[in-house]
Amino acid sequence: MYLIAPRLFLILAMVVIPLVMPSIYHKRLICLLFIYALLAISFDFLTNYVGLVCLGGALFMGVGGYIAGSLNAMLGLPAVLTIIVATLGGAAICTILLLPCLPLRGIYFAIVTLVYPLLLGRIIEATRILGGTDGMPGLSTYPSPWVDLYLVIGVTAFLLFGLRRLVNEDIGLVFRGIKDNDQTVTACGVNITAYRTRAVYIASAIGCFAGAYLCHLYGWVGLSFFALDFSIIPIAAAIVGGMGTLVGPLLGSAIIVPLSEILRAFGGLRIVFYALILILFIAFRPEGLMNYFQRKYAQFEHWIEV
Amino acid sequence: MDVLVYGLVNSAILALMAVGFTLVYGISRLANFAHGALYVLTGFVTWIFLRTLGLNYALAILAALFITAMIGALIYHAFLVRVRSLEASEIIGSFAVGLVIMEALRWRGFIGHGFAIPKFVKGTLSIGWVMVDLQRIIIIGIGLLIVICLWLFTHYTKIGLALRAIAQDEQAAMMLGMDSDRMATISLAVGSALAGVAAVVILPLGNLTVESGYQVLIYAVAVCIVGGLGSWPGAVVAAFLLGYAQILTDKFGGSHYQAVVAMAAIIITLILRPSGLFGKQKELEERV
Amino acid sequence: MKMNEEVLLRVRGLFKSFGGVTAVANVSFDLRKGETLGIIGPNGSGKTTLVNLITRFVKQDLGEVFFKGKKISHLKAYKIAEMGIVRTFQIMRPFYTLPAFKNLIVPLYSPRVRKIGGGKLGDRDAVAIDILEEIGFERDAYVPYKMASSLPLGYLKRLELARCLALRPEVIICDEIFSGLSMAEIATMVPLMERLQMEGKTIIMIEHRLRELFRIVDHVVVLNFGAKIAEGLPEEVIEHEEVKKAYLGKKGLK
Repeated sequence: MYLIAPRLFLILAMVVIPLVMPSIYHKRLICLLFIYALLAISFDFLTNYVGLVCLGGALFMGVGGYIAGSLNAMLGLPAVLTIIVATLGGAAICTILLLPCLPLRGIYFAIVTLVYPLLLGRIIEATRILGGTDGMPGLSTYPSPWVDLYLVIGVTAFLLFGLRRLVNEDIGLVFRGIKDNDQTVTACGVNITAYRTRAVYIASAIGCFAGAYLCHLYGWVGLSFFALDFSIIPIAAAIVGGMGTLVGPLLGSAIIVPLSEILRAFGGLRIVFYALILILFIAFRPEGLMNYFQRKYAQFEHWIEV
Repeated sequence: MDVLVYGLVNSAILALMAVGFTLVYGISRLANFAHGALYVLTGFVTWIFLRTLGLNYALAILAALFITAMIGALIYHAFLVRVRSLEASEIIGSFAVGLVIMEALRWRGFIGHGFAIPKFVKGTLSIGWVMVDLQRIIIIGIGLLIVICLWLFTHYTKIGLALRAIAQDEQAAMMLGMDSDRMATISLAVGSALAGVAAVVILPLGNLTVESGYQVLIYAVAVCIVGGLGSWPGAVVAAFLLGYAQILTDKFGGSHYQAVVAMAAIIITLILRPSGLFGKQKELEERV
Repeated sequence: MKMNEEVLLRVRGLFKSFGGVTAVANVSFDLRKGETLGIIGPNGSGKTTLVNLITRFVKQDLGEVFFKGKKISHLKAYKIAEMGIVRTFQIMRPFYTLPAFKNLIVPLYSPRVRKIGGGKLGDRDAVAIDILEEIGFERDAYVPYKMASSLPLGYLKRLELARCLALRPEVIICDEIFSGLSMAEIATMVPLMERLQMEGKTIIMIEHRLRELFRIVDHVVVLNFGAKIAEGLPEEVIEHEEVKKAYLGKKGLK
């Protein structure tokens, strides 16, 4: 029972809380929360389960968003189709872009993922393709606010439980091996680059979905999809919430995103705030909240027995 | 002909931007993603000293450089030293610090294009039939000076040699009594100061904007990857390659493709020769 | 020891330098099926680099390696492992926070085992425990279930060997598998190696502990400063002038 309880609680919370939200504004906030949660989960997966530090959530958002937006604007495809194509195709594009760093060790993956969104943003701005600085307005949106909400919540729930299963299977051990000790894994005849490619495809699919989803939430896509917010906030959410747990990032987003709304009055200072939180947590509490809670929960069980 | 001259200027600009970053990485294997932030910080601090405090220009520059170097050292000493072993945290952490600096500057009101620091000398010079303003000549000159100083410093002074030793083999250097944390702090101070030097000579060419911090980071990273992370001669050579490539694309393709050049350069380098031109990555460590 | 005449591994003219240092210089030898080859030499003679070159964890400057007649010296490291040439690592890094048997899941999941095992292997956990039991982890004492961090070095070395065995290898290369072990631990390892020999496995052993090694191997190659200075039966090699000079120095010969 004690194993199932937290999971049940989580599912209930995810389903019920949106129902009790008073206004459209709050509903939108929850949608955003889950978008950041998706990016944070993808970051947690890549960084802590595969060993690739991904600093570029914005890359996935931008690629997914622009693909969905272009398909909708230029070919008139409906949201259902654009989201699917943007997720699968966008992930393919992102994986190809990141392919050169996958055989390499060291910080190259981190550097390249950090720099790509900045570069792509600049390229779109300078060459004025895909709407340039103005972006592409007037895209289709979802039929009702309930679709808005439950689409993203459903996907997040599916993802959380799916990824959890994945990392607990034997293949999860292979990924862990790649993270901790790649020489031994290579000596076992496993092609590390191929596994990394698969992991990056999964992670970018998550991010591209988030981007495509956001595009049809607002009915607009633009340069801000490549903004640093989408790279930094997920990382802050993952670190605060607890890395390596997959659920921690969701918790972290639930804390940080509402907080950022409250701080909206301060304008640009918001990013300073996230960055400071990030710094403090990295330096002093790197395990994050979820790990802390899990430790305490495990101890709690022992208390009861005593 | 003008391609030749402007290419030279652009290369000097890129080299100045990159050399601080690659030096820090070479000595302490730290990718300092606050590099761009330190660049613009120096610019804005100079501006503050100049406009608000009315200091003499040279004095303002020196003070700003000193402050930037101290902030660089502080970043290491107060923060990065705690996360030394975790590569991911180093990068995220230094980038977060850079964000704090840049966005704090933006919040303090440094938005828009209203800010500028003046050129050192006004006037132009003609090389052949090309008119080049003196500021650009100064950039080339300072670039050359920095390269020479770096070479002399790392080959002839005690600290310079110590830094080279640590770059080659950190553990052996530590066994010989060199304190790697202290060396890292020094290297970050020097790297930040170099970013500052780059800022004070380059920023007078245009306006002072926070955006240029991100731009400098991208270009410094691109140049360092092509030249080999950690090798400052590599960064210089790469700066020339990218500098001329950019000017040529500008002339024949249009100025908006400059960012594409940087991206293509990174991708090509990673595919063909990941350690860059002069990179020191040992073979066992490089490819999985 | 019976030896099949078939040459399984052929190494020809391997060269490797790092910067100014020549680590391996023109090393060649043949390895026959079922044979146990020992590679010895003083510290720094290039033994581990040789292993890295054969298994392609390091790319050679010159030279070729043939496995069953086909050239393999251009393949990637994982491909060579997939073909059945497995190696141990001197510096092991098992999953310390996992039970011992979980450490074998990765090799059991590898393409090679999946191909040989014909599709799904069934319960990998069970297979892992069986392998460990065969290699000496006492099942009744629940040793295979212990966390790797709580196991002494002798068990860890055997775990590393188990990792190789889980891959159903054609050639096993042991890089200093006796190093760091106490006499008692070695006394349990030697029979294990002899048992593998009797099962017909082809083994290369890089070692420092000559007394134990010479009991096991059929054939010895001696390296010094990267070059092969002697080759032959253990008794012959030990009397060789160059070998004595390499280990004891010129004065030591007196």
